[in-house]
Amino acid sequence: MAPVLTKVFGRQPLGAVFAAPYALFLALIFAYPLGLAVWISFHDYFFTAPGAQVDRPFVGLENYQAVLSDPGVQRAFFNVAVFLVINVPLTVVLSLVLATGLNSVTRARTFLRVSYYVPYVTASVALVGVWLFLFSSGGLINEVLGPLAPSPSWLVNSKLAMPVIALFVTWKQMGFFILLYLAALQGVSKELYDAAAVDGANRFQAFRNVTVPGVRTATTLVVILATITGANLFTEPYLLTNGGGPDGASASPVFVMYQKGIEQGNPDTASAIGVILVLIVLTVSLVNRKILEHD
Amino acid sequence: MQQRRLWSTGALALGALLFLFPFYYMVIGSLQKEVDTTIAGAFPTGGFTLNNYIQINSRVDLVQSLINSAVFTGGVLLGTVFFGVLAGYALARLHFRGRGTLFAVMLLVQIIPFQLLIIPIYIMIVRSYGLADSYLGMIAPFLINSTAVFVFRQFFLTLPEDLFDAAALDGASELRTLWSVALPLVRPAVLTATLLTFIGPWNEFLWPFLVTKEQSLQPLAVTLANYISNIAGRADNPYGAILAGAVVLAAPAVALFVIFQKHFTGAELGSGVKG
Repeated sequence: MAPVLTKVFGRQPLGAVFAAPYALFLALIFAYPLGLAVWISFHDYFFTAPGAQVDRPFVGLENYQAVLSDPGVQRAFFNVAVFLVINVPLTVVLSLVLATGLNSVTRARTFLRVSYYVPYVTASVALVGVWLFLFSSGGLINEVLGPLAPSPSWLVNSKLAMPVIALFVTWKQMGFFILLYLAALQGVSKELYDAAAVDGANRFQAFRNVTVPGVRTATTLVVILATITGANLFTEPYLLTNGGGPDGASASPVFVMYQKGIEQGNPDTASAIGVILVLIVLTVSLVNRKILEHD
Repeated sequence: MQQRRLWSTGALALGALLFLFPFYYMVIGSLQKEVDTTIAGAFPTGGFTLNNYIQINSRVDLVQSLINSAVFTGGVLLGTVFFGVLAGYALARLHFRGRGTLFAVMLLVQIIPFQLLIIPIYIMIVRSYGLADSYLGMIAPFLINSTAVFVFRQFFLTLPEDLFDAAALDGASELRTLWSVALPLVRPAVLTATLLTFIGPWNEFLWPFLVTKEQSLQPLAVTLANYISNIAGRADNPYGAILAGAVVLAAPAVALFVIFQKHFTGAELGSGVKG
C-alpha cells in the first residue's frame, strides 16, 4: 500500500472507500440540512424558483420570537407535553411487564410475541383508518360505553383528542419496546433471581429489586426513543383528529411546522420550530442518561 | 410455578387479543356491506361482500399505488443493503481515519428524527434539485437506513478475528473477504435489516406526501390518507372503503413479518441494547 494513502486515510484506506457512500449520504441528508435549518431560522427565508438569486437578510432571533409568542405553537408544545405524560410512563411500565411475562411463558410464545409486535410493523395510515371507525361518535367504543360515552365524542373533544392519540401511539409502538426489553432481560443473571427467592422475595419483590434495576440501560433507551416518537408526531394529528383538531387541541409541533413551512410558505419560522425541537430532544436524551445511569 | 405460569399466559393471551382486535375489526369491516357498529355487528355471520375493495379501487388506483410503494421501498432496500453492508463492514473491521466520527454521527442520526429536518430537506430536494414528483426524490432521504448499518456493524463485530487472519494469509483481498467469507456468515443480519428497513418506507407517510403531488406517483400510504381526508364522505360506505384500503396497505408488511418473525428479535438487532 502506498504510504501516502495510509497516511491520509489510516491503516486500511479501503475502509474509507467502503464507508464513503454512507458518509456522503449522512453529510447530504443529515449534517447539511441540520446546518441549513439553523441558518434559515436566523434569516428571512422564503421559497423561490430554482436558481433565482434573492436577498435573504439576517434577522437574528426574530423567527424564534415569532414562534415562541405564537399561541398555536405554544399549544402544540403543550399538546406534546400531554402526549408524553401519558405515553412515556404507560409505555415503560406496560412494555416491561409484558416483556417479563413473555420471557417466562412457554406456551404459545410465538403467537403472543407476534400479536404484540404486529401494530408496530403496520402503517399508521392503515391503523388510523380503524381507529377512526372505532372512536367515531357512533362507533363501537361508544356503543360499548352506552350512556358513559363522552360528549362530544373522543376525536372531536378538545380534552380527549390528545389522550386518544397518546393511547394510539402507545399501542402502535409497544411491540418495539417489548422487543428491546426482551433483549435486555436476557442479560439479567438467573442467579440474582435465585438469590432473591432464597431471601424469600415474592414475585413482585423480585421484579422490583432484580428485574427493574437489571434493565436500567434499556429503560434509558426506551424513554429516549418514546420521547423522540412524541417529538415526531405528525400522521396521527393530521389524519386521526383531522388536522390537529378540534381547534388545535391535538396539533403537534411537526404538524405546525408543516402548516407554517409548506402550506403557508414560511420556512424560516418553521425551521425555528424544528431547531427548538432538536434542542429539546437532545436535552431530554442527555438528562435521561444522567438520571438513569448515575445513581 | 405451574399455576403461576398458566395465569401469566392467560393474562398475556387476553392482552394479545386486545392488541389484535383492531386488525380483526379492520378485516371484518372491510367485508361488510353496511356499517354496523353495534357489539353484535363486530361478530357478523353474513352479509359479506368485496364491494368495498371495488369501491376504494375506483377512487384510488390501488395497483399503481402498490407499484409506487414497491418502487419506493425497493429503492431504499437496495441502497441500504448495498451501501449499508459496505459501511457496516468498514465500521466493524477496517481501521481508517474518521471511523470514530462516522460511528458517532451514525448514532446521533438515530436520535435526531428525520421529521425535524423536513423543511431544509424539502427545500433541497424539491426547490433546489427539482426532484418533486419523482421516485428519486422520494427515495433519497431514506436511501441508507442507519439502524440497518448499525445491525450490520454489530454482526460483523461478532465474527472471529481468526477468520479474517486466515483469509488474509490466503491472500484474499478485502473485497473478496467481505464477499465470500464475511457476507455468507451474516445472512441473518441481512434478513433482519431488510425486514426492519422494509417497514420504514412502506409505512412512511409524511415525506412521500410532501414530495409527490401527482397521484400517479403516490405510494399507497399517501393515496389512502388523501382518500381518508378528502373524499371519504362521498362513498356509499366510506368506512368500509377506508378499511378495505387499510387491509391492502397493511397486508404485505404483516405477511412478511409473520413469515420471518423469528428474525425479528432484540438479539438480532444488535447487542447495543443489552442491559
